[in-house]
Amino acid sequence: MPDLYGMINVPTVVWIDEEGRIARPNDASFASNRFKLLTGLDSKRHLRRLRAWVRGDAPALTPSEVRKHQELPTAGEQEARAEFTLAWWLSREGHDDDAERHYARAGELAPHDITIRRGSMRTRGLNPMGFAFLKIAIKSALTRNPLYRPLKDSP
Amino acid sequence: MSATLTLLHDGRSDEVAVADLAQPAISPEDLEAALGWELQPEGLCRGVVCVPVDQDALVSGDGLDLRVFADALQRPLVTDEKHAVASLGASHHDRGEVLASLQAPDFTLPDLDGNLHSLGDQRGKKVLLVAYASW
Repeated sequence: MPDLYGMINVPTVVWIDEEGRIARPNDASFASNRFKLLTGLDSKRHLRRLRAWVRGDAPALTPSEVRKHQELPTAGEQEARAEFTLAWWLSREGHDDDAERHYARAGELAPHDITIRRGSMRTRGLNPMGFAFLKIAIKSALTRNPLYRPLKDSP
Repeated sequence: MSATLTLLHDGRSDEVAVADLAQPAISPEDLEAALGWELQPEGLCRGVVCVPVDQDALVSGDGLDLRVFADALQRPLVTDEKHAVASLGASHHDRGEVLASLQAPDFTLPDLDGNLHSLGDQRGKKVLLVAYASW
């Protein structure tokens, strides 16, 4: 699904209308405020919008607004996904040492893709809830390159 | 052809014969069976879609050079020669075109009981697609 939808972290939510069209593109939103302190994301705004859309009280985004907010996949991100697929296969076949090279290359190609970097940690013997992830989070904060990217639309 | 290459692509894998793992080239028959493309005078074709390709570069001995094929379709190809495996990713152009069309890409996933569900099954309803992970 990250490949099909160009997702680079979770949670990512997408609204899809009755005709199967994207009505709101990739957005970072949690179902509750459990992680608000850590992520800075307030789930209430998204949930309020979602309820209004489902009940028919408010429209979703217009097609041009959806396209404006979309971040389409790049060649580097797609190459990173190919490297990740290769590494995953090598890990599954028991070639962890050789897989590591491809996981590392995937991370270099798309350092902002958390689905790849955090998603590969368990198979690489790293703790995705521990220091390995903390390092990514700290670097992200220092470089002002947020891990979670909510849509910047109206309040 | 002297080696077998495991080709990972489009969520599946195929075993194809190659002469040289360092410069993998596969037979036109394997290209069509595994990837659905065939070489025509117009270029690489799948159904009614044809993509121009440098045929001199594509044809390598008895086979078709996978790297030239991947480049022609703007698809990333990464390999691990030691384990005779290659991963052919999706083109950023193709993925972007589908997303920009706003038609939500269909997919099928199992629920906790193993029953398969497709996004397309939900047509006629509003859908909230939530991607989450326990890592």
